[in-house]
Amino acid sequence: MTVITAEHLLTRVQELLAAHPPAGTDRGAFLRARFDAGLAWVHYPEGLGGLGAPRSLQVVVDAALEAAGAPDNDPRRIGIGLGMAAPTILAYGTEEQKRRFLRPLWTGEEVWCQLFSEPGAGSDLAALGTRAVRESGSGDWIVDGQKVWTSSAHTARWAILIARTDPALPKHRGITYFLCDMHDPGVEVRPLRQITGEAEFNEVFLTGVRIPDAHRLGAVGEGWAVARTTLMNERVSIGGMRIPREGGMIAPVAAAWRERPELRTHALHQRLLDLWVEAEVARLTGERLRQQLVAGQPGPEGSGMKLTFARLNQEISGLEVELLAEEGLLYDDWTMRRPDGVDFTGREAGYRYLRAKGNSIEGGTSEILLNIVAERVLGLPPEPRDDKDLAWKDLSR
Amino acid sequence: MTTAAAPTDLLYSEAEEELRSAVRALLTDRCDAKSVLDRAGTGRPHDPALWNTLAAGIGAAGLLVPEKLGGQGASHREAAVVLEELGRAVAPVPYLTSAVLATEILLGCDTAEAAPLLRELASGSTVCVPAVPLTLAPGAPLPAAVRDLGDGGLTGTVTSVADAVAADVLLVLADTGLYAVPAAAARLTPRIPLDLTRPLATVTLEAAGGTRLADAGTARAAVAGALLSGAGLLASEQLGLAEWCLTETVGHVRSRHQFNRPVGSFQALKHRLARLWLDVASARAAARAAADALATAAPDAPLTVAVAQAYCSGVAVRAAEECVQLHGGIGMTWEHPAHLYLKRAKADSLALGTAGHHRGLVADFAELPAP
Ligand SMILES: Cc1cc2nc3c(=O)[nH]c(=O)nc-3n(C[C@H](O)[C@H](O)[C@H](O)COP(=O)(O)OP(=O)(O)OC[C@H]3O[C@@H](n4cnc5c(N)ncnc54)[C@H](O)[C@@H]3O)c2cc1C
Repeated sequence: MTVITAEHLLTRVQELLAAHPPAGTDRGAFLRARFDAGLAWVHYPEGLGGLGAPRSLQVVVDAALEAAGAPDNDPRRIGIGLGMAAPTILAYGTEEQKRRFLRPLWTGEEVWCQLFSEPGAGSDLAALGTRAVRESGSGDWIVDGQKVWTSSAHTARWAILIARTDPALPKHRGITYFLCDMHDPGVEVRPLRQITGEAEFNEVFLTGVRIPDAHRLGAVGEGWAVARTTLMNERVSIGGMRIPREGGMIAPVAAAWRERPELRTHALHQRLLDLWVEAEVARLTGERLRQQLVAGQPGPEGSGMKLTFARLNQEISGLEVELLAEEGLLYDDWTMRRPDGVDFTGREAGYRYLRAKGNSIEGGTSEILLNIVAERVLGLPPEPRDDKDLAWKDLSR
Repeated sequence: MTTAAAPTDLLYSEAEEELRSAVRALLTDRCDAKSVLDRAGTGRPHDPALWNTLAAGIGAAGLLVPEKLGGQGASHREAAVVLEELGRAVAPVPYLTSAVLATEILLGCDTAEAAPLLRELASGSTVCVPAVPLTLAPGAPLPAAVRDLGDGGLTGTVTSVADAVAADVLLVLADTGLYAVPAAAARLTPRIPLDLTRPLATVTLEAAGGTRLADAGTARAAVAGALLSGAGLLASEQLGLAEWCLTETVGHVRSRHQFNRPVGSFQALKHRLARLWLDVASARAAARAAADALATAAPDAPLTVAVAQAYCSGVAVRAAEECVQLHGGIGMTWEHPAHLYLKRAKADSLALGTAGHHRGLVADFAELPAP
């Protein structure tokens, strides 16, 4: 097999641009052509948007296309699909599932959401109670239950869903993983207004939702292993972002500090410098992680980045509100909106402060992630637990 | 305004890993905690035989020196790896002072007079330390304590000179330039150091004779440059030290039982150690960035060094403090090496500028002025 180099990819980029000049091509058509040329995620297999190239070369492609003014697929809006659904489908999907779902997922024509958490099962996700029962004749699954805090459920076409298929087994063993059509009858999405005033996430009620067996991902009862792939990717996808020096949350605070000398105090100066240094070190740590991945030495730092960013985002945005003094008493807009995604920079300091509170809850709380670091990275003993061998139906709730 | 950082290599090369193994093997053999403690107890911590093998045998003393001057022609990246290992062992060797600070001063002078001494330093046959206080920081005003009274008669007193008792030669910054003064020509008054592994002395010069190596302007620039390198590389020593503390503590809480459980199974401790691991992983990125910036003479090296120092000092101290605390009673004993690490970490946090000083430098470089 030939190794694909940056030069190969740049040639392919030129061919793509020649055949579909960005200026005269419809956005969707361009993105589909890019996927078909294997330039969507170059490390994916051929025919599925990639070329089996080293993952590190994606940046080369992205930079060349950006420089040529090519449209992008709005990764912010489709983050759950890109970061979680896609790698899971790639790892566990049938050929048919991969061909059906990956292309519109990547182009953004189909937005995905994640139907995992439930009112009674958050950190202890494996305790979930949403039921999927197999209909004897058709082989279809009938799903009933309630999910909650589902980001983007209101814009999503598809969902990754985990449900209980055998309540008599211990909680981790009776779970099955499905791809759920959000337009199916029986799926009801209700906005859930949050701390910021808007409704980024939702409650989702599932009543007699019919899912064909062809939309099951992985074997019956093996859903927990599949879900772990999703969760791992969820955490790593946060640490994988590349930001410039003084990028991210520290940028607006530093800018306010420079532009508004009247706001400066000595106490705030010390805190600002502390956080500026920590943000720079976090940037370098993320960069080091990326270099490790590229060099093929995946390190355990990935789970750490989410923890670090959550803490820093919260401390920095808290400082920003204080720095603004009287202005910090104000908020930009409490309108109950249903946005497409998170927009940290498009809003004002108060929004950043409030939204950052979710960073240590979404995608696994900081407490749970610290447990993971302690147990899987440092090898410290697990929490004593008594729920491992009990049937799910016999657990206390 | 701050500019986007140049691409930085934050990993370790194969050659760097080989150097690390060689240094670690030597230190495991000849610099175990017990022998460091025994030596520290005598007030003369340095082990000349260990120094000889490290400096001459492995060639670590000449890493920063070009081959044409008898060195290894390596870079700050390799020297940083050596310092990580020395920090991990709280090794009592004059590496930071002789192989980094003095060497950088001489390289910065770039004079014919400095070259022979540089060769001796690179070969490890001579130990040479700068006669400046260990607390002297990059960006701070340079001391003017030593005056040249004519006829090569240098006079003045310098406090807190690290490793002076191990030195053959002192590099003296006088008002008229830089001088190499035989240690025997100076009066050394050892002080009782907080860090038992890096001895301090007051150096008194009374019309001492020395060889002039550079004029005043050159000398001052060379010292300023050396302080920058020293501060940047000290971050790697702090990283190695912190890493030892974390590893040792994790090992301890896994095997120590109380309440019929390993104490490391209590979440309060697990979370503390997980946080410490995060800090150490971050310190590694910061220290590597500083070493790489120095090695490549990156334009933003002063900022990168200030960031590394502002960050790594605190991590090393916290790691050592957690190490003592989570070891419980034995952590407070003289026999357990934890105290050596705490003392080194705390002293390191004052060496070559405190975190606060370096944050001040960050404020300048990043244009975030004080009120
Ligand atoms: C903005 C946002 C978006 C979200 N989007 C989605 C989504 O799209 N899809 C989805 O499925 N879910 C989503 N979630 C849900 C999220 O994954 C859960 O909220 C999260 O896993 C925590 O679960 P919980 O809310 O039930 O808290 P609980 O598990 O009830 O936790 C309560 C508190 O107890 C602590 N705790 C729990 N167990 C332990 C333990 N073993 N040790 C120590 N402390 C513990 C927690 O850290 C927390 O502080 C989202 C959440 C937020 C905030």
